[in-house]
Amino acid sequence: MSDYLPHHALLRLLAVLALVIAPHLLRLPLWESLAVAALLGWRALASARQWALPPQALKLLLASVAFLAVYQFYGRVTGQNAGIALLVLMLSLKLTEMRSRRDVMVVVFLMYFLLVTHFLYSQELWTVLYLLTSSVAITSVLIDAHHPGEPLPLRQSWRMGGVMILQSLPLMLLFFILFPRIPGPLWGLPTDAGPTRSGLSDSMSPGDISQLILSEEVAFRVSFDTRPPPPEQLYWRGPVFTSFNGRTWTASSEDLKRRIPAEIEVLGGEVRYDLTLEPMRSRWLLALDMPDPRRLPDKARVDRNGALVLDRPLIERRQIQGRSFTRYRLDAQADAALLDQDMEYPPWSNPRTQALARQWREQGLDPPRIIDAALRMFREQEFVYTLEPPLLGRHSVDDFLFETRRGFCEHYTSAFVLLMRAADLPARVVTGYQGMEANRFGDYYVVRQSDAHAWAEVWLADRGWVRVDPTAAVSPERIERGARELFEGVRATSGLFGAYTDWRERALMTWDWVNAYWNGWVLGYGPEVQQLFLSFFGLDSVRNMLLALTAGITLVLLWIGAGAFGRAQAPATTERALLLWQRAGRRLARIGYVQRADEGPRDFVERVREREPALEAALDTLLDTYLRLRYAGEQDRALEIRLAAAIKHLRRPRP
Amino acid sequence: MPLAPPGRGQPLDWPLAPIITDPTRMTHALNAALAALDGIILGKQPQLRLAMTCLLARGHLLIEDIPGVGKTTLALALARVLGLDFQRVQFTSDLLPADILGVSIFEASTAAFRFHRGPVFAQMVLADEVNRASPKTQSALLEAMEERQVTVEGETRALPDPFFVIATQNPAQQIGVFALPESQLDRFLMRLSLGYPPVAAERALLMERERRDLLAELSPSLHPPELLDLQRASREVRTAPALIDYILALLRATREHAGLRQGLSPRAGLALRRAAQAHALIEGRSAVIPEDVQAVFVPCVAHRLMPAAEADGGAPRAEEILAAVAIP
Repeated sequence: MSDYLPHHALLRLLAVLALVIAPHLLRLPLWESLAVAALLGWRALASARQWALPPQALKLLLASVAFLAVYQFYGRVTGQNAGIALLVLMLSLKLTEMRSRRDVMVVVFLMYFLLVTHFLYSQELWTVLYLLTSSVAITSVLIDAHHPGEPLPLRQSWRMGGVMILQSLPLMLLFFILFPRIPGPLWGLPTDAGPTRSGLSDSMSPGDISQLILSEEVAFRVSFDTRPPPPEQLYWRGPVFTSFNGRTWTASSEDLKRRIPAEIEVLGGEVRYDLTLEPMRSRWLLALDMPDPRRLPDKARVDRNGALVLDRPLIERRQIQGRSFTRYRLDAQADAALLDQDMEYPPWSNPRTQALARQWREQGLDPPRIIDAALRMFREQEFVYTLEPPLLGRHSVDDFLFETRRGFCEHYTSAFVLLMRAADLPARVVTGYQGMEANRFGDYYVVRQSDAHAWAEVWLADRGWVRVDPTAAVSPERIERGARELFEGVRATSGLFGAYTDWRERALMTWDWVNAYWNGWVLGYGPEVQQLFLSFFGLDSVRNMLLALTAGITLVLLWIGAGAFGRAQAPATTERALLLWQRAGRRLARIGYVQRADEGPRDFVERVREREPALEAALDTLLDTYLRLRYAGEQDRALEIRLAAAIKHLRRPRP
Repeated sequence: MPLAPPGRGQPLDWPLAPIITDPTRMTHALNAALAALDGIILGKQPQLRLAMTCLLARGHLLIEDIPGVGKTTLALALARVLGLDFQRVQFTSDLLPADILGVSIFEASTAAFRFHRGPVFAQMVLADEVNRASPKTQSALLEAMEERQVTVEGETRALPDPFFVIATQNPAQQIGVFALPESQLDRFLMRLSLGYPPVAAERALLMERERRDLLAELSPSLHPPELLDLQRASREVRTAPALIDYILALLRATREHAGLRQGLSPRAGLALRRAAQAHALIEGRSAVIPEDVQAVFVPCVAHRLMPAAEADGGAPRAEEILAAVAIP
């Protein structure tokens, strides 16, 4: 068997292939990872031991088995996961017939292609850095493939690959900025969509939010054009739940059907902000209580409960210019028929809670007093605000109010709303986020999943829906300082999070800041941002964008061409060769050999070689490459690299 | 082949890409020719190489030496290994140009003049003791050498190609000789002297058979068409700008030297370049390197340097000029 690539060049190719496949291995089934590893290992051995490559029939059999295995596992061979599994497997199988230069080229270009598929899973900055490194590595293999028989030293081919990738950056940027964007996520696939992200869900039962609060994931980032509101007003409104089944709160199906918006009357306290929302595959947009109904984000509407809702779930990161008013009146003139459904609860559930509320009503308390009574109960009795509440039974609210008395915001809110409803007051559950964390490096704030919160709203005549946060009654610090700080101790003891030392926090903040820019300017560079950005330059139509793109590409190509022309004109190669030769002369002078002015290079090298047999190989390379570059007119970067490499060996060997 | 660290692995010695169409055969034939010559003229490898260089550069050779060191043998051997037809002309003071060029004789049978070619129409001409002939005869030969054609009685006749003249002269004899003028010396690409053979070579010379017998057994290693190919190839050998700079520096050094009446002519510069190219070809390279120029500099230049009349320290020798000029 004679391979096009010599053994160690082939090993380099296999290593780069492993680098390119590696991130996929985490997502591929174990058997496939093992098969890929086996194929790579076998190919390395086959090259070392000069084994014959398998015959046609065996290759056909292997390919069929691979195909069937993927089909068996995924039930399909197309789509994101199955397609990539098949691609990885087939690329590894290609190694069994990789012999000629053409095969090597196919493998190299398949590696480039496979590299791109990582973007289907992640577009984080880390991924991009990894892929850039990998693309340099693949390019170095491509360079190796063009120097058969005598590959360059590893560092040289990597450097050359890096330079080539750098040189491609202008074109890449040009395409990125100017190529007209189509709406939709850049790397989304219509079928078997990517992994779901944590976030607010379409229902709330005990334990939901306390699960969420353990996640450090960013929900959204926000920067304010006006003064940010004080912590006690930082309620980011999300989905509102009005239907209760005794344990779980959900949005009422009638609310979802009805498209009558809540009536929002703004009174003052204007806040303007820019919000970058992570794609949580949810239909709900978040807004500071309460959004200005006259200035809603694009494609969003206000639902009956005052939440912002989209027609379709959000699957790409979105930037929203928000305007909210912290003083407002919500549905002050509500229809009594509509309010009826906000007083419903299953009569069979939580009897003790119902009895308590009935008791308050029978005492003749007016609505504000009832609210006050409930809050006083939370405040004065021994209720504990904790992330680790005990499990609750069938009558979850009863269990919580009268037995365990330990709970998280969803427990308090759920209990509170049920109490209100049992006392014949319209009430509902609002979920969202409360609080935020300033990033000291960028002028913005981060709201994480750990800031998730649930609170209540009660409808009072003339005042409309009033926000009541029962959690604040139990643990005012939660609202003032934020959940994150409050539960620092819990996290530390639960072992999920290490103590936040100062440097770690700073590093995290810096990283978040970098990511914010990445998200905002690179991943968030969709059609709207592109149009906004390019309209600064007068490029507001697709036609103009394409014209600018063509002009830009032409300019870049002209520039490259002019560079090549300039290089052809100037005797740059011989000049560089002379400089390298002088460097070699300095090194040889250091070990005692000085070239006389009238001494030709060959005579000089031969004089040194007679005295320094250990340097023979390096001296021969030095002479050969120098003569070729300086006198034979060969214009080959590889020769220069070889010459430079030989110079490094020109030192007296240590005894 | 990977770059082996020093001390391990084999030396990376690959030949420069040759540009001759059939490089292996050509270099092989050249080496065979040189080896055959070496078997005849013992211990004179550098001179043989230079003589071959001169031939490939389409130049003519002047050998300046005392009699009996093998000048004629060298010429004969060269003619034989290269498969050239050979003529020898012994120059004497009564030699006439017609004796060299040829003469038209009236033939009664055809009632017309018929040109009888002189010895100069051979591919290789040995002009022995060229300085004994009268200047008129000398210039007839030298003009033929330069023009590669002869004009006799108004009719121009081309000389064969390849055409190679080896002239010899004896510097020791000063009586009854007409020294070649400087302008004529310029016509010779190179001047060589053979000198006495080294002891070992002379021992072998004495012990072996007669040189003439060995010569008779010599078979050609090259043929005239191949020689022409090699001459063409030698003109194609690359001379890098850096080398042209070197030649220019050497020429300037002779022109600025106080010990010389006049510097080298542009023709000398061209000769130097042509000779260096041929030398590179013989060494199997496709490009001239400074060492090629250095190898041919003394034989190409020494006979063209004229010492100044008032030069006190004596005229510089070509070697001294070579040593004084830095390689750019």
